[in-house]
Amino acid sequence: MCLAIPGKVIEVFEDHGLRMGRVDFGGTVKKACLAQLPEAGVGDYVLVHVGFALSLVDPEEAERTYRLLEELGFLDELKLPEGPA
Amino acid sequence: MKYLDEYRDGRVAAKILAEIGRVTTRPWTLMEVCGGQTHSIVKHGVDRMLPSGIELVHGPGCPVCVTPLEQIDKAHAIASRPKVTFASFGDMLRVPGSHTDLLRLKSQGADVRIVYAPLDAVRLAQQHPDREVVFFAIGFETTAPANALAVTRAAALGVKNFSMLVSHVLVPPAIAAVLQSPGNRVQGFLGPGHVCTVMGYREYEALASHYRVPIVISGFEPVDLLDGVLHTVRLLEAGDVDVQNQYSRVVTRAGNPAAQRLMWSAFEVCDRKWRGIGTIPKSGLRLQYELREYDAEHRFDVSAMETLEPAACISGQILRGLKKPPDCPAFGSACTPERPLGATMISAEGACAAYFAYGRHRQEAIR
Repeated sequence: MCLAIPGKVIEVFEDHGLRMGRVDFGGTVKKACLAQLPEAGVGDYVLVHVGFALSLVDPEEAERTYRLLEELGFLDELKLPEGPA
Repeated sequence: MKYLDEYRDGRVAAKILAEIGRVTTRPWTLMEVCGGQTHSIVKHGVDRMLPSGIELVHGPGCPVCVTPLEQIDKAHAIASRPKVTFASFGDMLRVPGSHTDLLRLKSQGADVRIVYAPLDAVRLAQQHPDREVVFFAIGFETTAPANALAVTRAAALGVKNFSMLVSHVLVPPAIAAVLQSPGNRVQGFLGPGHVCTVMGYREYEALASHYRVPIVISGFEPVDLLDGVLHTVRLLEAGDVDVQNQYSRVVTRAGNPAAQRLMWSAFEVCDRKWRGIGTIPKSGLRLQYELREYDAEHRFDVSAMETLEPAACISGQILRGLKKPPDCPAFGSACTPERPLGATMISAEGACAAYFAYGRHRQEAIR
């Protein structure tokens, strides 16, 4: 029920005064309300739940988590994830 | 998909598992709070990869499962009325009430619609001004802002034929109820990552220090869950009571203040009954008095209802982490996802339904 999926904002528009976006989830594009995430813009990754963007995905934090795993030797044979798109 | 695939990498998981094995010196019992985490754990077999002393028990965080029977029966009564279009998230359609379910009502001619987003229900009301559109607003704090947006939007646009049947629940009071249960075995928690994207984790700091338990806010992918277990075991082994944030790519300590403001613009805290558990004080949300004309319970007279719950079900003990699905004699035989007897078999995120979906009823029989 609390399923939320990260996707990339590809367009921002207004719908009768409500800030909305089109979000690409690995090829599937859906509308999401961006009203409670004023800092989100085109190119950002947002976490979406029932058509509502809950939070920005922080690329630095995502990389930091991975760096910590790497420091423990966890990621020796893995490529680091690509940088912020 | 970016931000998903890298957290499903088996090689990373194997190394975190080795580290968990290295830091563990004695048995620990952990609870993952959220039903989405339960589903992921059982799907990927995360619980079976862990060292034998680390046990995961499954928490009450499945809003579909814990929606009380009274509210389900009210939904069915409202959906059965002429001129009503009843809109719901898809996972509520098969939830059994005392007498029927929404899918069966739909097959009998009721106008029951699945919506992906609560705003879609408001749009439905705008498109069909001759119908009463009622949206079944359930969920935890994750869903509350989206549901609040729907009702405040309907009010702002003057959509008078829209109303909501509200059955919202809150996570922190449920964690407190688990910890207060006689016989509680839970020593540490994997906290609900998506709830905390909205609420942040200050409430969890209060819980951790009051009950002296570590809580690690965790994501939903196997690597996130294993990383959450590793953080929790390290805290337990060191005797530290702390809240840590494993899911920092989307969760901050303060959460999303704009989403919280939206939630508190429509809802207020109330006592709420949880299916399988009973009433937990201040554990739910209801519409504020000013929005009562959008409250389906106010608009339709559905107050007093007699409910009928099967007696064989032990879901109350499963939801509090006291028992597991195979402990129930009805699991997989008298009780299946096709014919669920109670809360935890109802939704894919319920512990019993997850165990059943991934064949654990057959494996347990073989053992």
